Amino acid sequence: MAKVYLPVEVARSFAAGVGEHDVEAADIRSLVTRLDERLPGIAARLERGFAVAIDGEIIQDWFVEDLRPASEVRFLPAIEGG
Amino acid sequence: MGNEENQLRIIDYSGREFRHIGTRPVRPDGVDKVTGRANFGADFTVNGMIFGRVVRSPHAHARIKKINVDKALALPGVKAVVTGQDFPQLDPSDKAVGEVVVSYYDMSHNTIARDKVLYDGHAVAAVAATSAAIAEQAAALIEVEYEVLKPVMSIADALKKNAPLLHKNIFTSGVEPTPDKPSNVCSRTEFKLGDPGAAFAQADVIVEREFSTQTVHQGYIEPHACVASVNNDGQVSIWCSSQGQFMVRAYTSKFCGLEESKVKVIPAEIGGGFGGKTVVYLEPLAVMLAKKSGRAVKMTMTRDEVMRATGPTSGGIARAKIGAKKDGTLVAGELELHYEAGAFAGSPVALGCMTGFAPYNLEHVSCVGWDVVVNRPKAAAYRAPGAPVAAFAVEGVMDELAEKLGMDPIELRLKNAAREGTQAPYGVKFNRIGYAETLEAAKNCPHYSIPLGPNQGRGVASGFWFNIGGTSSAEVMINEDGTVIVVTGNPDIGGSRASMALMAAEVLGIDVKHIKPIIADTESVPFSMLTGGSRVTFATGKAVIEAAEDAVKDMKRRAAKIWGVDIAQVDWDNGRAVCIESDQHKPLSIADIAAKADKTGGAISGKANINAKGAGPGFGTHICDVEVDPETGRVTVLRYTAIQDVGKAIHPSYVEGQLQGGAVQGIGWALNEEYVYDAEGRLQNTGFLDYRMPVASDLPMIDTILVEVPNEGHPYGVRGVGETPIVPPLGAVANAVSRALGKRCADLPLSPPRLLSIIDGK
Repeated sequence: MAKVYLPVEVARSFAAGVGEHDVEAADIRSLVTRLDERLPGIAARLERGFAVAIDGEIIQDWFVEDLRPASEVRFLPAIEGG
Repeated sequence: MGNEENQLRIIDYSGREFRHIGTRPVRPDGVDKVTGRANFGADFTVNGMIFGRVVRSPHAHARIKKINVDKALALPGVKAVVTGQDFPQLDPSDKAVGEVVVSYYDMSHNTIARDKVLYDGHAVAAVAATSAAIAEQAAALIEVEYEVLKPVMSIADALKKNAPLLHKNIFTSGVEPTPDKPSNVCSRTEFKLGDPGAAFAQADVIVEREFSTQTVHQGYIEPHACVASVNNDGQVSIWCSSQGQFMVRAYTSKFCGLEESKVKVIPAEIGGGFGGKTVVYLEPLAVMLAKKSGRAVKMTMTRDEVMRATGPTSGGIARAKIGAKKDGTLVAGELELHYEAGAFAGSPVALGCMTGFAPYNLEHVSCVGWDVVVNRPKAAAYRAPGAPVAAFAVEGVMDELAEKLGMDPIELRLKNAAREGTQAPYGVKFNRIGYAETLEAAKNCPHYSIPLGPNQGRGVASGFWFNIGGTSSAEVMINEDGTVIVVTGNPDIGGSRASMALMAAEVLGIDVKHIKPIIADTESVPFSMLTGGSRVTFATGKAVIEAAEDAVKDMKRRAAKIWGVDIAQVDWDNGRAVCIESDQHKPLSIADIAAKADKTGGAISGKANINAKGAGPGFGTHICDVEVDPETGRVTVLRYTAIQDVGKAIHPSYVEGQLQGGAVQGIGWALNEEYVYDAEGRLQNTGFLDYRMPVASDLPMIDTILVEVPNEGHPYGVRGVGETPIVPPLGAVANAVSRALGKRCADLPLSPPRLLSIIDGK
């Protein structure tokens, strides 16, 4: 069961402010799909402008990354650079 | 620099030995650049080329009522005029998701205004003529009728209840409920760990202060420039200086309504970018003028245009609060940031929130950021976007806290330093990092114990930057004589050609002088993300390593063919194929294998297309000594040392150069640089005489110490290095000045007039 942490503003808009969610998923794509079933519309929001950190590693262009059974998944603002 | 001196400047925690990595060969592009032969953006010429000129708004905020181009078009020599009406109208919801979310609509309107101008210098039209002088004359003949509106020049003005609105469609996101009225506040972003409110109640000492910084420009030497040509079959060619030829292709094709396959971008050398060349300004205008005129069009900005209409980075207001126990243990932190976005939404305020407290182990922390539009140029990326302003506030409060606790500022930081496993304010736990190692190096370096004289002060500050990876491509081609070409798609800003060549040399096992690294155009190499985010040596370097390994694999296969043995019998050792179990076969060099390439299957090359993951964060600590002249308010930097965990320095000289350059830019930000506007919102200091950047004669040699705590996500341990060094200087300089004066300096720049007012207690 992956532990998902939503950005504060996304949690407010889609999950009544609840930022932590447990989701059973083998990869990030299915995790977002299942999250969207629970919180309709959240997938589209997360896919636009958010990077993801899976167990501490930040991935800008996430899509099909594998998850461990107890992975920690955090959605973060995408990181630009100069 | 010899090995002995290397050891004084590089502290290696990896214990790994390399043959080529860590050496200091002359950069492949060096001779051309110092002899003036290198071609930068403005150096290109094309047969039959004409010259473009931009008409810019003299108003900071105005509605465009009418544009009359008749007189300009009637001028002999004028070949084309374009206005916003010549460009496709994009959907406001059309956004690209890449490194960050980019609003094509906003960017297109920033390139050329449609119904409103939003800052002094905003482009409203462009003209092309047979000479630059005629183009300039024609530009003056274009009549623009404006309805002038009241400008909003500061965050404070933008937040006022009845402030004029820049856009009618901005409804602050991130607040509940979503406002039903538009405002100049685009978004609120929040990060929170634990319960800071309750934790502050446990603190023995609390320091809270508000800081401010001004809008500053990246200050690259080379102005924006390009040449565009459109063939009769609609094929577009653009020669330009940028931080990414693929970025130029993507934006220009989008703004001009073209397929990407019809647009070829040929990268020029780049005379500095620092983030400011991660967007386009001239290229879409040049393409549309070329399309209309049927001639190639060259456009070059003046310095005045660069300052008025490109860059800058956000000015900001930052309030920081830190609570600590008597022994110096931090218990809670709070940061609230307001950043100028410029004329369109999108300041780097979220990144400021994420980075400000990142150097510290804080269980209870809250960071809130507000993105605010003002009538200034749209903020562009600038080294470690968003981080310096946040760090300035946090490091200022840390310094004040150290004074209140009677602690050494480095010891206070060491006691609370983020280490492996520490949770950053944005929630992620760090892997192996070298922040504490930079503090140890700072504490032990000779600079830190030099006695100070009257009116002198010493400041310390730290900084953090994420560093990123992303999509990169590379090809390693073996020439017929065994020399090598390394092809990548990232403009070389800080010596990356040399780094690419060194990494290829390490894999191939040959001297770097036999390797030629080149930067290819958009039709000669697969897509690479732009040069930015401190990603190239890490991500494109990873692609080069994989491509070189691919080439080695091919050469081992060829050697097996030449010897008539199974490939499992072939090993690669220091640039040669060797047969493992038979000494009958003489080892084959790359030249030997290349000479028989025709007979063993044709040309030899290796390639890699990757999305690089595993970027390692960067931490730095800077020490600055200053002397303040109490009569004039002038600050002289006496000594400066920049220390950074660089993972592994592929070419130490260019890593040191990154640290020195970042430090100097940060010193300028701290001491002198600021945009000065008049009451109507017109920029007053549009040249380097009035926009005061530090030059070599202003500063001492910037000393560097490279701490090498390897990044486990890269085969050689590389971490990005280009951005972290601009994060600590604002705090380091201000803390030094504060200690010299005995008064806290919280508003930048610390220019002589400001210093005198602080000294005089005004």
